[in-house]
Amino acid sequence: MTEDETDLIDVAPGAPHNNIMSEVVAYVIGLALALILTGIAFWVASTSALWGPGIATGLVVLAIAQMGVHLVFFLHITSGPDNTNNVLALAFGVLIVFLVMVGTIWIMSHMNANMMAGPEITNLQMQH
Amino acid sequence: MTSEAASIGLTHGGSEDTGLGHRGPESKSIVVPYGFWLFVLSDMVLFSALFATYATLTHATDGGPTALELFSRKLVAVETIALLMSSFVCGLAIITAKRSNMLWTQVWLLLTGLLGAVFLFIELYEFGSMIAEGAGPQRSAFLSAFFTLVGCHGAHVTAGLLWLGTMMAQIWAKGFKQHILRRLLCFSIFWHALDIIWVAIFTIVYLIGTLP
Repeated sequence: MTEDETDLIDVAPGAPHNNIMSEVVAYVIGLALALILTGIAFWVASTSALWGPGIATGLVVLAIAQMGVHLVFFLHITSGPDNTNNVLALAFGVLIVFLVMVGTIWIMSHMNANMMAGPEITNLQMQH
Repeated sequence: MTSEAASIGLTHGGSEDTGLGHRGPESKSIVVPYGFWLFVLSDMVLFSALFATYATLTHATDGGPTALELFSRKLVAVETIALLMSSFVCGLAIITAKRSNMLWTQVWLLLTGLLGAVFLFIELYEFGSMIAEGAGPQRSAFLSAFFTLVGCHGAHVTAGLLWLGTMMAQIWAKGFKQHILRRLLCFSIFWHALDIIWVAIFTIVYLIGTLP
């Protein structure tokens, strides 16, 4: 954003590159990839041509891919040396998100399975 | 930035710079968006707790309506496209703001806000029709978790729209000063992050939730 900016060792997350064409092209590529992945996700969810039990996993994979597209093309998170701090912070965030979600889902499903003695009282998932 | 940085002793060393911290703290144009990036990541941690809650309670419908009965994939597709286009146009606004183009920056920001408002309007319509059908947040644990998760995202979008309006006014009144551009960059990080969270919401809540 100033003449000094090109000399900097680090870049801020979300800060675009310097060349206007490459900037716009990056956003357009990101938009196209995101639209394609969204389209595939909605198609996968509504088609009957695919193996049913695998669809949920496939949708999660598509979502993670689209999040990657957003990070790279919209937030400009790269593997370059000027992005080390941004990537490390992201890695820590992803670690915590992973621990919270997988840990909770894993523990709660096991608790659910271990509380079959009185399903109408203790089974959290089936509580009516 | 140069004069501002020089006045507080933050000018860059130049060629002897090793990138290993010998030159002192980074300039504000790096530190501020980086700090905001940390905030956004901790916001994602907050959402991960809400996602975990939703995943745990998704079958606890208390005999009430299930995800399959409630959600319309067509509405969600429109919402998704609106928010994605909004995120894209926000990026264009950053590109033009960097080149101090007042007209196009304001046009792209206005379009960002309008697309965000379309998203929010559809979401409120969905919430309103669900509550009208008796599927409000107090109906079952599943619906409490749903309204908390999706409502929290909607509240973020609302806050983002207010922030966007403030940024448009500040750019108009103060011009493309460094501190204004920093704020605008932070807004764009926030807006892109909301779209990333929406990807998780439409996949987990609306697509996986409505699989037969």
